[in-house]
Amino acid sequence: MLLKTEALTKNFGGLTALNKVNFEIEEGEIVAIIGPNGAGKSTFFNLISGFYPSCSGRISFMGKDMTGTPTHEFACSGIGRTFQTTNLFTDSTVLDNLIIGYRSKTKMGMLDAIFNTKRARRDEGASREKAGEILEFIGLTEVKNQPVGNISQEAAKRLAIGLALVTEPRLLLLDEPAAGINHGETSELVKLIEKIQHSGITVCLIEHKMQMVMNLAHRIMVLNYGTKIAEGTPREINKNDRVIEAYLGGTKHA
Amino acid sequence: MDLIKKMYKTKYIAYLAVFALAIAFPYISPNRYYLTVVTLGFIYAIAVYGLNLIVGYLGQLSLAQAGFFGLGAYTSGLLSLKLGLSFWLSLPIAAVATTTVALLVGLISFRTRGHYFVILTLCIGVIIHLVIEKWDSLTGGVRGLIGVPIPSSIGPIEFKSLESQYYLVLAFLILTIFVMSRIVSSLVGRTFKSIRNSEELAATLGINVMKSKLLAFGIAAFFTGIAGALFSSYIRFLGPEIAATHLTFEFLLFLLIGGQATIAGPLVGTLLASGITESLQFMQEYRMVVFGALLIVIVKFFPGGLVGATKSLKAKLEKRVNQRKKSGTNLPSKGESHAAKNRGFN
Repeated sequence: MLLKTEALTKNFGGLTALNKVNFEIEEGEIVAIIGPNGAGKSTFFNLISGFYPSCSGRISFMGKDMTGTPTHEFACSGIGRTFQTTNLFTDSTVLDNLIIGYRSKTKMGMLDAIFNTKRARRDEGASREKAGEILEFIGLTEVKNQPVGNISQEAAKRLAIGLALVTEPRLLLLDEPAAGINHGETSELVKLIEKIQHSGITVCLIEHKMQMVMNLAHRIMVLNYGTKIAEGTPREINKNDRVIEAYLGGTKHA
Repeated sequence: MDLIKKMYKTKYIAYLAVFALAIAFPYISPNRYYLTVVTLGFIYAIAVYGLNLIVGYLGQLSLAQAGFFGLGAYTSGLLSLKLGLSFWLSLPIAAVATTTVALLVGLISFRTRGHYFVILTLCIGVIIHLVIEKWDSLTGGVRGLIGVPIPSSIGPIEFKSLESQYYLVLAFLILTIFVMSRIVSSLVGRTFKSIRNSEELAATLGINVMKSKLLAFGIAAFFTGIAGALFSSYIRFLGPEIAATHLTFEFLLFLLIGGQATIAGPLVGTLLASGITESLQFMQEYRMVVFGALLIVIVKFFPGGLVGATKSLKAKLEKRVNQRKKSGTNLPSKGESHAAKNRGFN
């Protein structure tokens, strides 16, 4: 088991955004989290990526208790993520974004920088190499020297995934990767996600495009009003009455 | 292409020319007054380089810098006056002491963000100023410290003349610029810039934001402390007003005029602004009106300062040259980019 949450809870003031959610992610699978708007999906992501501290409950990753550790430790332990609104370093180029993404894997410090030591040069080289590798993987080598503001929205989405991949995660969290891109681009994105999974990275995604989720996910968790209402294979979720009621608005064949 | 190559060549020639000018300056300076102004400008510039690292590269506005400058100056001044320590000992001690205080300050103030951080650092600057002013028995209060000794000679090299002190300060300035340019062009500098761009994203990528902020803050304070120590042995009189906030805003003015997040900016801005200050002496306090107007123009039209403006002009020229070159030879660039756009994920 890669990630496990036990009774994970988050309150914002009086609002319980997430209520005692137990969930497990197995190594190597593609898991999807679905639910109506405001169901707590992004909150769940923000908790398991260490972006927000949880109010109660436990998060463990690869057997290690992660509850209460700072955000950057989650990334260093192997949890990579993307944001719902594409989040990139807007003042630099595509390549520079990926180079800084690899920073947590490099060791050089201030003195290495000042004396331009062997370690500084080696880390610099390793970052460029890794960035080049990821550029190839996400298919953005042609635009590597472009400022991020110049590339298309769909390319920016791929870059955001690349930025998460460059940190060499064991678990990749994708928050609505297909939002705002067209049908053709969505099928390319599905291919990319499958390619990521084949390379040995576990994927967990939040997505509203149901067809995509049903095709891609091995397992689905459904949230509604901050509580887990169902969990299972796409086929099981499709038939689950509570899900249909909550998610599809009460009619069996929406 | 030739033009770009030529540009790089001119860049190196320009560096050499600036260096030669700096070396020759004491001999070509028409009088000793100019030499004093430039030496003082160099000392301030070292402090502005520190500010540049925090404001320009890390993106955090710290208003405690004059406090750190005063701390460095008083530490070095007191050590050499009261304990009789040599300048060569009191300067590194002052730099380390300033860094230590700054790290403690950073540990507290980096828990806040944005405006709160600015206000907190402003308060810390004021506190340092007040402590220096009120701790009469140690610092001499408003009367100040008089007669800080000049740097002791190293073997045959003495620092009695204005010229030799100019070269001493120049050496420290060159060291500062060298260290800063190495840092900002390295992965460490990239880390600072990523925090400036998006703290959340940097943390999500596994960057320890607090540690990086403290590092930048510490490096900046180290050089500010050195600048303070140089000031104390050069001016030889210390009053509490060197730790007052108005000096912080002067540093900030120098930085904005020269160009933040550039390597030449702090030096260009400091020399230019000190030059203007000196030539406007006859206007007395009203000269700040001139600076006010200048600052508005710069913030509005040249947010990157003078160096930033020159850079973007150069980039524009290069782009134009490249376009001319492309349209002169062949035209398939449009088709190429179209093909690139159509390429899929694999």
